[in-house]
Amino acid sequence: MLGQFTFVGILLVVALLLSLFMVGAPWLLRPKRPNPRKSEPYECGLTPHGESWVQFKAQYYVFALVFVAFDVEAVFLLPWALAHNVMPFYAVLEGILFILLLFAALLYLWRKGGLEWM
Amino acid sequence: MDFISDAIVNIGLWLERLLVSAGLAPQAAALVMTIVGTVVVAFFPLLIVVFLIWMYRKASARIGGRLGPNSSGTWAGPGGIVQPIADVIKMFTKEDIRPLGIDPVPYNLAPIIVVASAVMVWAVVPFGKGPRMIGADLGIGLFYIMAFSSASLVAFLMAGWSSNNKYSTVSAFRATAQLLGYEIPQLVAVLCVVVVAGSLRMSAIVDAQQDVILLIALPLPALIFLLASYAEIGSRPFELLECESELVAGYQTEYSGMRWGMFYVGEFMGAVAVSALFATVFLGGWRGPFVDSFPVLGTLWLVLKILFMLLVWTFFQMTLPRLRIDQMLAFNWKFLVPLSLVLLCVLAPLNHWLVRALPGSDYVWARTGILLAANVLVFLGTWAVVAIAERRRTVRPRQVEVSA
Repeated sequence: MLGQFTFVGILLVVALLLSLFMVGAPWLLRPKRPNPRKSEPYECGLTPHGESWVQFKAQYYVFALVFVAFDVEAVFLLPWALAHNVMPFYAVLEGILFILLLFAALLYLWRKGGLEWM
Repeated sequence: MDFISDAIVNIGLWLERLLVSAGLAPQAAALVMTIVGTVVVAFFPLLIVVFLIWMYRKASARIGGRLGPNSSGTWAGPGGIVQPIADVIKMFTKEDIRPLGIDPVPYNLAPIIVVASAVMVWAVVPFGKGPRMIGADLGIGLFYIMAFSSASLVAFLMAGWSSNNKYSTVSAFRATAQLLGYEIPQLVAVLCVVVVAGSLRMSAIVDAQQDVILLIALPLPALIFLLASYAEIGSRPFELLECESELVAGYQTEYSGMRWGMFYVGEFMGAVAVSALFATVFLGGWRGPFVDSFPVLGTLWLVLKILFMLLVWTFFQMTLPRLRIDQMLAFNWKFLVPLSLVLLCVLAPLNHWLVRALPGSDYVWARTGILLAANVLVFLGTWAVVAIAERRRTVRPRQVEVSA
């Protein structure tokens, strides 16, 4: 098992080195002549006004909240799906009950208008 | 002949023996071979990407009724085959413009993460028969792939947020909503595969398709997986992260030169990874004719299946219009998520019953047929529900607002 993760670890190093090389190597070849006009943020030719790190309304924060619930669900479902063949049938039904509970939460949110574009 | 029939494994064994006979300790030789293996695995997707860039252009030009790169400017080889090389040279020699006011650490890290995470996926893809043809046959293979393929979300968010550009920031917000949402149907579709194949291990999933490929047993999860994966890599029907007509180029607006090239390569690498995953999980991976007597053919079959899936991807890219952001989110949360959950609820008890009622490899076609029938029934049920909902829907005045 450790041997397999050795491969993953070495691959991570190789992948990072490869990406670093791809980003870094052009430094030797490319021209470097910045000027103030060139280094303005490109916003369709208009002069950029202020920073972009401002507070604005994210219309889909509810989706992010739903996602947390569903992602936790997925983590629980993974071992269930893996082991459902060796478990008794009621364990399979319990898993389905669990899915249906979250399904009810989704339906509730749907009826509340949480899935509408706000 | 024996050497050629399993050439890749035998070349590896020969190299390892050479190292040992040169005086290296067996453990050190094994470590060197592991490093060689990682380098091969890391460069394999890059090679496919170089070919894909050419293939994508040719196919999209054919679909669009254009010529494509066959004589762009000067000589570009037969059929424009050396065009990607010219692209690489251009990208390497282009000036790298860094805008004022960026956040340097995430700005510089994002392109690296995009490519590195796309390379990492390949660690668990089986290229052929046996333990030597797969980088690391992890017991959590599919889960590992899901984890690394969602790392691109972090990169998109970092790139968009750190660019100090309003359009890029909006793109980063969209990336969060889209990539988070589509992860769920993707994962649940994978769970359907896990239910039927009974393992998360990639080699076991390929072995489960010895007689019948899983696409026949699970066409609906395959479709859900394909659509969700295309959304995950932000390709055309779900291309809201970088739609040119709204957001300039989205999160990559402020990148130029090779940094932008990394996003370009990363996008193609994502497509290759998704195709490889689909080919492995649903199309039988390296399995194909004559693969038992000539194991080296396994890699060829896998590459051919990947290229076929890439053609499908190109077709999606070139023929489907872009969705609006609210349509895209609604399609996910109101259609794909419920459908995939219902599918899992149907398939899990059905398969639980099937492996007891019709066990063994004699009944594999019967099991496949019943699973296929269940898929068709769920599909017809979905069709009916959507038709009823469509009929009942009253037209409400839509709230008009500036979309973010």
